[in-house]
Amino acid sequence: MSQRTSIEQATVEIKTSNKGVFPYRFEYNPHKKTNSFIVPIVSTIVALILCAIFIVINGMNPLTVYGKMVQGAFGSSFGISETLLKATPLLLCALGVGIAYRISIWNIGAEGQFILGAIGATAVTIFLPNLPGPLYIPLMVVAGIIFGGLWGLFTAIPRTYFRVNELITSLMLNYVALLLLDYLVFEPWRDPEGFNFPGTPLFTPFQMLATIGGTRLNQGLIIAVVAVSVFTFLLAKTKWGYELRLLGANPTAAAYSGIKVNKHILLVMMISGGLAGLAGSIEVSGVAHRLMYGISPGYGYTAIIVAWLAKLNPFAMIFTSIFIGGLIVGGYSVQTIGLPSSMSLMLQGAILLCLIAGEMLSKFRLRKATGEE
Amino acid sequence: MTTYAVEMQGIVKTFGEVVACNHVNFSVKKGEIHALLGENGAGKSTIMSMLSGIYKADSGSISIHGHTSRIRSPKESMELGIGMVHQNFRLVPTLTAIENIILGEKKDVWRGASWRARKEEEIAIFANNYGLIFPMNVPIWHLSVGEQQRVEIVKTLYRGADIIIFDEPTSVLTPGEADQLFETMKELKRNGKTMIITTHKLKEVMTVADEISVMRKGEMIAHIKREDTTMQELAQLMVGRDLSQGFELPSIENGKRILIVEDLLVKGEQGMTALNKIGFTIHEHEIVGVAGVAGNGQKELAEALTGLIHWQDGTVILNKELLSKPSVQSLIDKGIAHIPENRMKSGLAGDLGIVDNLLFKTYRNKERTKFSLLQKKKNQKWAKELIEKFDVRTPDLHSPVKQLSGGNQQKLLFAREIDQEPKLIIALHPTQGLDVGATEAVHNMLIKLRATGSGVLLISEDLDEVMQLSDKILVIYNGQIQGVLSRDAADKDEIGQLMAGLEVRKEPIYESANLH
Repeated sequence: MSQRTSIEQATVEIKTSNKGVFPYRFEYNPHKKTNSFIVPIVSTIVALILCAIFIVINGMNPLTVYGKMVQGAFGSSFGISETLLKATPLLLCALGVGIAYRISIWNIGAEGQFILGAIGATAVTIFLPNLPGPLYIPLMVVAGIIFGGLWGLFTAIPRTYFRVNELITSLMLNYVALLLLDYLVFEPWRDPEGFNFPGTPLFTPFQMLATIGGTRLNQGLIIAVVAVSVFTFLLAKTKWGYELRLLGANPTAAAYSGIKVNKHILLVMMISGGLAGLAGSIEVSGVAHRLMYGISPGYGYTAIIVAWLAKLNPFAMIFTSIFIGGLIVGGYSVQTIGLPSSMSLMLQGAILLCLIAGEMLSKFRLRKATGEE
Repeated sequence: MTTYAVEMQGIVKTFGEVVACNHVNFSVKKGEIHALLGENGAGKSTIMSMLSGIYKADSGSISIHGHTSRIRSPKESMELGIGMVHQNFRLVPTLTAIENIILGEKKDVWRGASWRARKEEEIAIFANNYGLIFPMNVPIWHLSVGEQQRVEIVKTLYRGADIIIFDEPTSVLTPGEADQLFETMKELKRNGKTMIITTHKLKEVMTVADEISVMRKGEMIAHIKREDTTMQELAQLMVGRDLSQGFELPSIENGKRILIVEDLLVKGEQGMTALNKIGFTIHEHEIVGVAGVAGNGQKELAEALTGLIHWQDGTVILNKELLSKPSVQSLIDKGIAHIPENRMKSGLAGDLGIVDNLLFKTYRNKERTKFSLLQKKKNQKWAKELIEKFDVRTPDLHSPVKQLSGGNQQKLLFAREIDQEPKLIIALHPTQGLDVGATEAVHNMLIKLRATGSGVLLISEDLDEVMQLSDKILVIYNGQIQGVLSRDAADKDEIGQLMAGLEVRKEPIYESANLH
């Protein structure tokens, strides 16, 4: 290690006086390793405790509230199917943002890419009304992926060629996507027989994904699980996966080994957007059955929490997406005891906050201060 | 009343296995400009970091103005009146000069317009007193580097420093700005300030310093008054006198020419000319050493020859093939191996395991991937053989390489690069930060490569290393080849002077090559 970098490292050391009442000091250790899933689990528990304080202040018993949420989300077959229904788009979007985060591309535009995917799938139904029925679903899925992927590319191109911060472009493009959606459903694509409801005409049965059992659950869930498996395989076994691993671990070294960094950023952002777009197309063809105002309740943003809670591990995202999905569904059920459904938003926020703090704090250790340093 | 502003005695500091400072004594008289001279890695920055509270010494004592002081943090250092003008300025680019200077001030809770106006006036008068002129109300990032440095100096003075450390202050300045800085330093001296300047530039030392301390390889070599010394003597002190002894390179006939470089022109960062029309050749069975003080174009030379940056003009012929804007990958395929300057920054991925780190250059080969699937078992077996062959000590194949010792990391890096059977290997500071044993291992690997027919371009600041290993030595200064010496003709004093840009010695560099 060169001396300069070690100087810079040393300056982040937090030094507390050992003369005070508190006989311990924090010590920063960037190489410290914590068991990978301890931080997310502890963070979640701390978040639950923090929110319990708010519930108590509101004059309720937190255990009752949490019990109600668990029951609502997982206590019945309806609850479970609704939870899985929410988990599907979360899982796909999380997979999408996760792959970008792996190489330190901070894509927070999954929301916009999701909306574009929904628009793309719907465009197939609008512009190609007379296709043979079985062609619709594959075409809609592909259109969703392409639209989402191109939206991702809008962020990647300025990033690679003009060094424009992708955080800002991807976030801003979310609002562009949202306004594009509003324009489409309020004006050109509005259902003429829909009593001014801001949405397209209902899809025909061929344009809808088949449901599972008697629930609203549909084939989208299967697509999402397949996507996780494919992605896990690609990452672990292939040359491309190796290149991504290298790029994520040390981009300078990756460039020294001849990897074309820009090419990878473009590709990864297209895949990232494509996965969110896929989620969007599943949402319109499997759940809403039309494109309408407010098609996403913020899946693209929530997916960021899902991805980090799983520490970007695609397989773990299956569980975290079900957990967060359950949180959303459980949020609906606490309304019956007089709490707003934004309960679940509060919990989501608290979890993310604790997670970020936890990741940072896990790099510190507490040591008893000795007289002689 | 003592005459010393700073007295450091018996200072020892180690980083892991490396001794950065070995019982160093360093004293600075009040009101003088004291230069701390040494090559990169000599320990100058470490000593200064201990004075400014960034590091703590393992042992030794520090006295400031005659009082024994324990400096445990930058804050404590500041309270003792020590201020540091860093090489990379510690300024907030979006704030103005005024805002940067008053940043961190604890007095005055109420900060209205009148308070601000008062401060502005106060700082303007303050800066004028020292002849330090810069725009006060423009965001820092609009200012030139020289102006930014002036802000940094005023900031330090404003916080009450009377001992000011300048860490390599001219490395970012143009010559004109550097002259202005020296004027400022002399003005500060007239105001009774004590200054320490760390540098490896001899001319600056002779221009500005009253007293000079020379460090080399973590040890304090000499304290001299400026009027008692010459640039030649300082150059010799800096590079050392202990002649490389008893090191015999087995004599081998040079083979064919591997690399021919002619009139190579490379622009570095900020469009400055980093390499100015240099030329040399490397043969099979030949180690060509590049000696020079860091920052004279070595980094750009290595980057150009490995495809990381492109040259603007000139001819590079590798194995009779004329290269034009080669990509990194194409040069790897053509047999150029690279030991980069900073192994953890650009050579290895610290969080990945042994196998992934060994695959860096070869993962595209058919043996390592088939149908774009990594051959996991085969690769593990291959990795295992390699680390046994190169004696890399690691708990297992999967533990992150950042946990290995520096020596083992470097052996791993060499294992990867040598396994490609390179025609040419470019090694930058390959033994920096290594202990004696690991250094010897690295030297042996380079000699073995030479024996098996590779060409080696050895770029190092360690003159002993260059002289021990090289068949031919190029001395680089200011982007140009200042001199070419054969192994037998190499003389340490002369190289030292060439490195310092004091002398030019041109010999026929290459046999005129058939270019087209």
